[in-house]
Amino acid sequence: MTETSHKKTRHSKTRNFCIIAHIDHGKSTLADRLLEYTGALTEREMSDQVLDQMDLERERGITIKAQAVRLMYKADDGEIYTLNLIDTPGHVDFTYEVSRSLAACEGAVLVVDAAQGIEAQTLANVYLALEHNLEIIPVINKVDLPGAEPGRVKGEIEDVIGLDCGDAVLASAKEGKGIKEVLEQIVTKIPPPVGNEDEPLKALVFDSHYDSYKGVIAYIRVFEGSVRPGMRIRMMATGKDFEVNEVGIFRPALTGIGELGVGDVGFIAASIKNVKDIRVGDTVTGAQKPTDKPLPGYRKITPMVFSGLYPVDGADYDDLRDALGKLKLNDASLMFDPETSVALGFGFRLGFLGLLHMEIIQERLEREYGLDLITTAPSVVFRITRTDGEMIEIDNPTNMPPAQNIEHMEEPFVKATVMVPNHYVGAVMELAQEKRGIYLNMEYLSESRVMLSYEMPLIEIIYDFFDQLKSRTKGYASLDYEFSGYRESDLVKLDIMVSAEVVDALSCIVHRDKAYQKGRQLTEKLKDIIPRHMFEVPIQATIGNKIIARETVKAMRKNVLAKCYGGDITRKRKLLEKQKEGKKRMKQVGNVEIPQEAFMAVLKME
Amino acid sequence: MAVGLYIHIPFCIKKCGYCDFVSYPYDAGLAASYLSALEKEMALCSREFGGEQKVFGSIYLGGGTPTALTGGQVAGIIDRCRNHFSLAGDVEITVECNPGTVDPEKMDTIRKSGVNRVSIGVQAYQQRLLSGLGRIHTWREVVQAADSCRSAGFDNISFDLIFGIPGQTRNDWQETMDRVLEMSPRHISAYCLKIEPGTPLHREVTTGPVTPCDEDLELEMFWCTVDKLTGCGFKHYEISNFALPGWEARHNLIYWHNEEYLGLGPAAHSMLNGIRFNNVESVELYIKKLNRGELPVSQARVLTVTEQMAETVFLGLRLIDGLDPGVFAERFGRTINEVYGDRLEKLVCLELLEAGENRLKLTKKGLPLANEVFVEFI
Repeated sequence: MTETSHKKTRHSKTRNFCIIAHIDHGKSTLADRLLEYTGALTEREMSDQVLDQMDLERERGITIKAQAVRLMYKADDGEIYTLNLIDTPGHVDFTYEVSRSLAACEGAVLVVDAAQGIEAQTLANVYLALEHNLEIIPVINKVDLPGAEPGRVKGEIEDVIGLDCGDAVLASAKEGKGIKEVLEQIVTKIPPPVGNEDEPLKALVFDSHYDSYKGVIAYIRVFEGSVRPGMRIRMMATGKDFEVNEVGIFRPALTGIGELGVGDVGFIAASIKNVKDIRVGDTVTGAQKPTDKPLPGYRKITPMVFSGLYPVDGADYDDLRDALGKLKLNDASLMFDPETSVALGFGFRLGFLGLLHMEIIQERLEREYGLDLITTAPSVVFRITRTDGEMIEIDNPTNMPPAQNIEHMEEPFVKATVMVPNHYVGAVMELAQEKRGIYLNMEYLSESRVMLSYEMPLIEIIYDFFDQLKSRTKGYASLDYEFSGYRESDLVKLDIMVSAEVVDALSCIVHRDKAYQKGRQLTEKLKDIIPRHMFEVPIQATIGNKIIARETVKAMRKNVLAKCYGGDITRKRKLLEKQKEGKKRMKQVGNVEIPQEAFMAVLKME
Repeated sequence: MAVGLYIHIPFCIKKCGYCDFVSYPYDAGLAASYLSALEKEMALCSREFGGEQKVFGSIYLGGGTPTALTGGQVAGIIDRCRNHFSLAGDVEITVECNPGTVDPEKMDTIRKSGVNRVSIGVQAYQQRLLSGLGRIHTWREVVQAADSCRSAGFDNISFDLIFGIPGQTRNDWQETMDRVLEMSPRHISAYCLKIEPGTPLHREVTTGPVTPCDEDLELEMFWCTVDKLTGCGFKHYEISNFALPGWEARHNLIYWHNEEYLGLGPAAHSMLNGIRFNNVESVELYIKKLNRGELPVSQARVLTVTEQMAETVFLGLRLIDGLDPGVFAERFGRTINEVYGDRLEKLVCLELLEAGENRLKLTKKGLPLANEVFVEFI
């Protein structure tokens, strides 16, 4: 066999695919079974859910970063196939990353829970997959569970997505049922990659991670040409050149090989120090012989949600900065800039893709770096046209100009899609209305399931829309949203005064019609959160100079130890130390100690 | 400076529901082994801590229930103290009494051994409150105990009272104080009940059947105590302690002045030569160690100057007259303002602390908030 024909056979025996599923529909379990079945790991090496590597991912049962693994499968036709599974993040915050992972594949396995049916997030990702012309293999999972209705779910997939479900695999990933069928369909239905080995290198970056020895490890899918160690490569979006030190594949451990060619999924290491230089979605080409056109679809990700992060103890500021720097090595979408607050001192303004992204970053900072942090309520980017005609953008309520200088304001809106059993339609409509939603459309997915679309302010979504949606529909609703544009809104800045002083970190921007209600709720909530002091602590909500709500934390009256326990001073001292420890976890603002959770109170109302 | 001597008697007829001191059910055999171990501890300590140089100005037998022992046993302890330690000529010797364990002969024997002060655990007048606390005695026995003490020749009698008991009303408390005042006390300790984790009462409160006293009512009772007792000529000299002029508890003043004391017996605490140490809690282990000739110390540490300064301040502030900045400066070579200036200023500003030329003390507002003040010095 000539070298060329060998290469041809190689990519004719390659299948690149991902798995699309809603949270809890069994994506990770299916991935684990595929790995197990093909022997990528022995059973002893498997802890459940191999692909979700971060502790956080395992706990939350979601994928935050894409992962990839190469499986070798001997099919019924007697041939051995190379299957590259690219795991995709499963959350609306990471839609762009999902789209890049999909772009690296020729096919997708669509996993739908046999009892739950299609959810909003699944549908959004299926549409993304169809946009990329992916071959979709429907798998009805959890068919062994009581309540499973594979027939109904098949009907739903056919009606809603228009996908033929005649061959849909009925599986139970947990029981290991249907795994072989899934593998067979991957081999027979998903087309092999096409591309020319002799063209200049063209590879898509779909993820990266930082390794302290090798620098940034870029996860790539090769479309044209090939890449091998020693080659000089160019990142087309950033224009940076690097020399490749190592190329390899995911087994799932990173394993070096001689070359990555057309259709291959693998990694490259090129002593890249900064994750910013190698962005998800960028095209890698050869520096000597570059391609003239990059792969389509690259965009610079812009954060949607902003919040302030402050160390509880000001002395931890440098540690926080270092920790953020380290997290950024692995997360190009994380943005941060120094910020100061009158109340909280020195900290950072962070930009996130969404609320989940924000929670993940906070949790990682606290858990992996042991930092005690105060997070301010999230904000979006508001556009303000001032009376002098200038347009400014603010991501922090503190920077809102005085009302008299504002000509008008705009806020970001999203198109939100909710899927829900039909008897919850009323509840969802009511909620959407409360959250200033503009009704767009209602569609019956089946006799009993409805898809509702609304245009809605992003800030309402990030406040408590999702929690409310879940609780008002007993967890049955699913939500997806995408940015739709800016709209003019009548917005005001709601300030909170504690002990007659404005606490800037508690300010928020709200719609004028909701300001009174929000003010009342927020002061009531803060009254419960702020502990008694030795003096009365008034809490007021104000708009401009007008007080719209007031609550008072009554003065503490008693805190004394009656007895000294026969000389046991240690015991007394310990009690006082415990009391002091409690105070330390609070932020001193003026002469009032405000607990951490107060700054997120605006999120947890009603 | 005179040193205090505390001796813990870890036996009770029955442990009270709110108590979390170390105490075992009284058992004659165990008590006998304990007393012989105690003598060994005295012998070791008098050698170890230079018994000759230290002069003891007070002895305090606490518990537990010291009067769970026989009169002869208590007298024996006092005799051994004299053998092993040098006592001041005017030494104050206090024994805690539980009214359910007192009779005239026992008190007579105890008085004759040189004990000159008794502290009677009364707690409350109302039987339902006594039962609720798990006390073994009735009010009648309180009166009899006081009579026994008086006929044995005790003049310096203190009564221990508790307010803030679940179910206690303001009137209950007033009546308790009135009845105690009828017995002409020299000294009254009035403690606000603290429900300690691990006690039966704590379980009753957390599992539901008992509702703790309202904080505002506790505070009302506290001020009503101060008003009534000071109205009857008592001096409110420490947060929970009242005495007729000249009858303050000398032993307890040692703690509040952050001076030296030696504690003997299981779980007893000591502060000697700049070292803080405490004994093992288990009486069996205590006996075992002493039988092996070891000191039964479980933890010991040298206090830093910072710790000593903090403790001197927060203990001193428990006294109503507060502490003397001059004494502080003399002891530590730095003025209190140099060390705590910013905090003192803040507390004065909050009207919790009064800083005079010669006195630093809690204000009336600061008294019930003492911990909020103390924590600033930690």
